[in-house]
Amino acid sequence: MIGTVLQALWSHWRWHRVQLATLLTGIALATGLWSAVQAINAEARASYDRANLQLGLGQLDELIHPSGRIPLETYVALRRSGWQVAAVLDGRFDAGGRSVRLMGVDMVTYPALPALTDTQGNPPDPAIVLTAPGRLFAPPDLAAQLAADPDLPPIIASTALPPGLVLTDIGTAETLLDLSGSLTRLLVLPEQPRAIPPLDQVAPDLRRQAPEGRIDTARLTDSFHLNLSAFGLLSFAVGLFIVHGTVGLAFAQRRGMFRTLRALGVPLVTLSQLVLAELVVFALLGGALGLVLGHLLAGALLPDVAATLRGLYGAPVQGQLHLRLEWVAAGLAMAVGGTLLASGQALWRLARLPLLSAPGVQAWRGKSGHRASAISGGLVCAAGVAAFAMFDGLVAGFVLLGGVLTGSALVLPLLLSVTLGFFARRAKKPVTQWLWADMQAQLPGLSLALMALLLALAANIGVGTMVSSFRLTFLGWLDQRLVSELYVTAENSEQGRRIEAWLEPRADAVLPIRNVELAHETGPLFLYGIVDHPTYRENWPLIAAAPNVWDTVRQRQGILINEQLARRADLWPGDRLTLAPGNTLTVAGVYSDYGNPTGQAIVAMDLFDEIAPEADNRRFGVRIDPARAEQLAEALRAQFDLGPGAVVPQAAVKAQSRAIFEKTFVVTSALNVLTLGVAGFAIFTSLLTLWTQRLPQIAPVWALGLTRSRLAALELLRSLVLATLAACLALPLGLLLALILLEVINVQAFGWRLPMFLFPSDWMQLFILTAIAALLAAALPAWRLRRVPPADLLRVFANER
Amino acid sequence: MLLEFQDIHKTYPGGRPVLNGVSLSLDQGQTLALTGESGSGKSTLLNLAATLDRFDSGEILLDGTALSRLGDADRAALRRTHVALVFQQFNLIPSLTVGQNLSFHARLAGRHDPDWEAHLTGRLGLSDLLDRHPESLSGGQQQRVAIGRALAVRPKLLLADEPTGNLDETASATVLDLMLALVAETGAALLLVTHSHAIAARLDRQAHLTNGRIA
Repeated sequence: MIGTVLQALWSHWRWHRVQLATLLTGIALATGLWSAVQAINAEARASYDRANLQLGLGQLDELIHPSGRIPLETYVALRRSGWQVAAVLDGRFDAGGRSVRLMGVDMVTYPALPALTDTQGNPPDPAIVLTAPGRLFAPPDLAAQLAADPDLPPIIASTALPPGLVLTDIGTAETLLDLSGSLTRLLVLPEQPRAIPPLDQVAPDLRRQAPEGRIDTARLTDSFHLNLSAFGLLSFAVGLFIVHGTVGLAFAQRRGMFRTLRALGVPLVTLSQLVLAELVVFALLGGALGLVLGHLLAGALLPDVAATLRGLYGAPVQGQLHLRLEWVAAGLAMAVGGTLLASGQALWRLARLPLLSAPGVQAWRGKSGHRASAISGGLVCAAGVAAFAMFDGLVAGFVLLGGVLTGSALVLPLLLSVTLGFFARRAKKPVTQWLWADMQAQLPGLSLALMALLLALAANIGVGTMVSSFRLTFLGWLDQRLVSELYVTAENSEQGRRIEAWLEPRADAVLPIRNVELAHETGPLFLYGIVDHPTYRENWPLIAAAPNVWDTVRQRQGILINEQLARRADLWPGDRLTLAPGNTLTVAGVYSDYGNPTGQAIVAMDLFDEIAPEADNRRFGVRIDPARAEQLAEALRAQFDLGPGAVVPQAAVKAQSRAIFEKTFVVTSALNVLTLGVAGFAIFTSLLTLWTQRLPQIAPVWALGLTRSRLAALELLRSLVLATLAACLALPLGLLLALILLEVINVQAFGWRLPMFLFPSDWMQLFILTAIAALLAAALPAWRLRRVPPADLLRVFANER
Repeated sequence: MLLEFQDIHKTYPGGRPVLNGVSLSLDQGQTLALTGESGSGKSTLLNLAATLDRFDSGEILLDGTALSRLGDADRAALRRTHVALVFQQFNLIPSLTVGQNLSFHARLAGRHDPDWEAHLTGRLGLSDLLDRHPESLSGGQQQRVAIGRALAVRPKLLLADEPTGNLDETASATVLDLMLALVAETGAALLLVTHSHAIAARLDRQAHLTNGRIA
């Protein structure tokens, strides 16, 4: 019996091959976009884990100093008292115009060393690693780059190192970083003697930090990955609309077959189980296709994501994609789960199908269905708002976003029905009246596709507005932040002093840029010192300031903090911030600091020098007549034999910042376009699957004197009008989405709030794109109608059916 | 002569000949019942007269116009202005109300006459149903709407294909009475396809189709 029933069920799909292709495509698209995002996220997280594991981080406690530097004497005292700690000196150095992270470790005590220096069976001789000039270990690509620099010690390539990191002995690191006599942190090794004195006795200035208390790469980039996941989920939902529509139609068309099978003695349970099995098989097939699609897509997007994460967060991510078994399993599970979710209504109807009702293709739902949908939409919206009101954080922000989007989509059919009814009542000509009424009648069949279109358009408008607002603000901000005509980086502090002295008489102003990493309860805090100069007073992008802000800073009474720190620690002008014991300052102002995930603060230079006397003095901003900037740069390079990367014109710094910015949104823009494409496909499939039902509705109108050409043109117009109406409703929803993204999501995810700008020309472009998509979606059904043989239309009137 | 079939031949692709030299005529104001077995070609002949289908050879003259020479647009125009149809399945437009369905064809033809429609509505007993949608009506009510829609355009030729085939005996009698009375009132010619000899007997003339020919 089962074989026979399966044969009957399969015969439907054999007869409706386009419908089957649509179903599989819907599942594949939904799974594909979602899986692509998950593959990217998994790859990035695996890279972070690998890096942590390789470096021995993530498992060991650390000892840190509030100033960011641990005196060598403290380390020695700890070792003498029995503490088993491994010294680490972290920093960045410039090599070949590129800033490279250098990690100097005590080669004798560092726990992860054997694994890190694994050079494929040829372990280096410890003697040459520890004695001058030492050796640098680097990943193969970086090793090849660094090998060209004659000033560096010999390089050894190691595949075990995370990308972008150079490892060396602490002595070599001191020389390269020009930091002698201090350490960045100490790793507390697992094996400690029983009777060691407490930390506060040996080194009272140090603080012990557990791995979970640190802001690591994974935590910093969480927001970025959550953003990607949210867009993946949106694409998944839009894909499921296609699945829901197709399965619904297939079930409606097979209602007669189901009744016949039941009448012939197939138990309802057996029938339901077989239909369920059929859906699972399709879900697995579509899911497998989706995984192939997702893998290709992720492979195409990963290099941009990796560049973004490296540029924005300094996070080490490899640009290569690996196929992971758990990713395949999760993708197939999503495909099956999503398909069953999208088919739930149809399965429920099958389970309750009465044996003795006349078969029909589509039940007339009308306004009562729209009302029920709208009420559900209102409730979903309200749930999103309530969740946001009750809980804080990024997830609550996304729940609000999801609630508003889903709720609005559910309200759409009623809004469209009311709008179409309004136009139908005002239509004077019979064809126009029929067209409006026909559109209204088609809504139950098309509403899911239109909901998908509404979501895709709203996401496009919302994300587009957010990105464009961000771009506009960011470019203005760059102009404020990067005012100096030249940016100079010396090889070490000594050279820095000589460069400064050389520049003084030749430039309008030399502005030192000195910074140190401190520890704060909210995470790493980078403290900068600045000199009092109109460059800052006139340009610095303050978003909140106390009166006489610059004077307060100059008089060492005030501190400026970036927006991220202000929001994270809830510090605003007038509040007090403790930098180090005995150094508590009043917040004088808050400045915007886009693209920086960590906290930052600025104090007067002389105060900075007291807090961090050993900080580098290698970087400067140089103010000069822009016309003379290039000439001065050339002279400076010649005088000090500096590489091109050591003296950078303002325009180059801005271009680099812009490039990082643009890459940041490459992925979201790509997902945006793909989501719109899926929505266009949803309309196409809906129109195509509704085609079989169209003939009985169109044939009478044809019989009353409308030509097939005109009816075909009206089909195109119908699709265009419905898409345009959806687009008009998507506009306010998209702007609301942008507002939530700018006011809630960005603030939670990145720690900054942006002003919102409107871009009507972008909307026009999107509307034109939507119109083209709608016309393309309706083109095939319209063409079919134009070419439908009259015999097919006549069959509608045949008495013997 | 309003309608004249001249030696009409029609074969569906891959099938046997359906019409095998049919010649028949109908005058203005005349009613003609076309009877025959299932598959004898009754509906095909009706569809040809309605310009819904094309014949292989012969000629059909409708109000002096030779249908074989007309293109799609002209045939559609003829359907809008000269011919009206009543089907067994009613074929009302489900998305329009009864009132809108009633006036739809007349408005397409540019002959919307509110007084005449009001008269028809009253005669057909549809006055209370104008705001309802066809799906909520009984079969008899739907067929009355279909007749109203057809006659609202004041056609020269009314073509009806088993108009009472889907109705019970009482509803069938009511619908037929109304249709014949209103056809007489408008002066239209009626070509009605039916299986029923009783119905055929109520029309002016009868023609019987057998094997694609008029017997």
